[in-house]
Amino acid sequence: MYLIPSLIMFGCGVYGFITRKNMIAMLISLELMLNAVDINFAVFNRYLFPAGHEGMFFSLFAIAIAAAETAVAIAIIINVYRVAKKVDINDITKMKF
Amino acid sequence: MNLDYSQFLMMPQELGLLAVFLLVFLYDTFMPKSTQKGLPLFATIAFGIYMILGFLPVKEGLLFGDMFQADKATWAIKNILNIGTFIVLLQAVKWANSDFVSIRRGEFYELILLTLFGMYLMISARHFLVFVIGLETASLPLATLVAFEKKYYESHEAAAKYVLTAVFSSAIMLMGLSFVYALSGGNLYFNQLACFIMGEPSLLLILALAFVIAGIGFKLSLVPFHLWTADVYQGAPTMVTSYLSVISKGSAAFAFFIILVQVFGSAYADVWQWMLYAVIIITITVGNLFAIRQRNLKRFLAFSSISQAGYIMLGVIAANAVGMASMMYYILVYIFSNLAAFGVIAVIERYTGKVTTDDYNGLFKTNPWLAFVMMLAMFSLGGIPPFAGFFSKFFIFVGAAQTGSVAIYVLVLIALINTIISLYYYLLVVKAMFIRQDECAIPKLKSHWTEATGLWICTLGIILIGLVSCIYTSLSDITASLSGVFGMI
Repeated sequence: MYLIPSLIMFGCGVYGFITRKNMIAMLISLELMLNAVDINFAVFNRYLFPAGHEGMFFSLFAIAIAAAETAVAIAIIINVYRVAKKVDINDITKMKF
Repeated sequence: MNLDYSQFLMMPQELGLLAVFLLVFLYDTFMPKSTQKGLPLFATIAFGIYMILGFLPVKEGLLFGDMFQADKATWAIKNILNIGTFIVLLQAVKWANSDFVSIRRGEFYELILLTLFGMYLMISARHFLVFVIGLETASLPLATLVAFEKKYYESHEAAAKYVLTAVFSSAIMLMGLSFVYALSGGNLYFNQLACFIMGEPSLLLILALAFVIAGIGFKLSLVPFHLWTADVYQGAPTMVTSYLSVISKGSAAFAFFIILVQVFGSAYADVWQWMLYAVIIITITVGNLFAIRQRNLKRFLAFSSISQAGYIMLGVIAANAVGMASMMYYILVYIFSNLAAFGVIAVIERYTGKVTTDDYNGLFKTNPWLAFVMMLAMFSLGGIPPFAGFFSKFFIFVGAAQTGSVAIYVLVLIALINTIISLYYYLLVVKAMFIRQDECAIPKLKSHWTEATGLWICTLGIILIGLVSCIYTSLSDITASLSGVFGMI
């Protein structure tokens, strides 16, 4: 039951990552996916294995990792914007095949 | 609960690497500006001393409540990665002191050492949490390293592509891990998971397995997940590209082996072996076919490294002691051959800015030594005897064939045919250097002594590793002693 929101979030994230053209929007989609994973771990821990805390710890670490990933990705997107003046993925296609 | 601090003494390689990192960091932060030019050499020498000390034997055991494994195999693969990193650092000295990079040269060394630490964690992890932390520690700083050439637009484009695909694939892998957690009985220790994952394969777990393979397959640039590789290799600074192509790949391959064999080895061997079977065939073939049409040498080596990753996976699919030994041997040989090729490319790119095959026309006339090293590297990558590449391919085929199943024989045959195809494009480079002539060939270069030393080490490695048989023997002795890992299958 509690899995439904996390699965919907994950699906939206994948869909958004594939269809969005703006890199910031893609990053937001990635965040959705990572948050869906966190919810998943918390739900499994709470309902399947209430005796342990492994899933909770895993989601704590996953949150920290997601924050680090966002920081790095934002920095790189800002750099791209500085040199290209665009953050649209249709415009940063200099290297192909 | 009390932590037993003596456990830290059983992870000397990690502590040594952290010590080198701290030394470099302190040098970068507190030494006066006039001495900063010595930082690259200082970092390289410190790492070299640590690399030599790393060969001291370590104690074996499971640390930190079974989360961290220290045994001879992890010791050996860490030493192999150390050798590769040392060559990369050696070749980077001159580049790090060039005008544009010099202002941030400390960061380059610190980030490289940190990613290496993450790879150590990945290799030694016996719990999925440690593995994930190691994987992210290894891949996030690499994204910033790819964006290191601040003035080149390509560098930023490559970094953006790299970081977005890296986060996407790690999100997919984490989703798979959450399903593994749900079906595992409440913990993610490798040795306990192996006991839980038994009996009839469940569909959800197969899905989870596919997610995990996709996540690590991205790091290894196996084919359905390889699209970032060529762009990132082309856009990144050549030093970072060489690091990405050998060290990052080698560590991920080893961790992949441990996860597949130890966690999913018991009940799911059939499932993942067939998944990997398909992946290997398309990886080797697609990598080869795309490499033929590349004119930029860095992109060319990117596709060649994709197909080499397919060969490395042959050791994983074998899933026995010979497979593991030949995989580590393959990684060692691949480090020397690829770093030789990238070393030559880096020297020529730094002096002239030329990176396409046509620019190498007539290189033998003007720079016979560089052309010679490049030729050795190409022969070794292509697998021509008596160079090391031939022996590594031979052992990895033997390891796969030892499983004795007909399907794997077919796989080895396909890999063999692909080796012949790959000779074509490796020899195209040799032909450009030795046979074709050009009026405006690259002028005579004088490489810095550090670069020359790096190339000498690679050359000696390519020639000697195949002939000095004790290297492979010691590796296979190490893996033969690991009864615990392969007992599952």
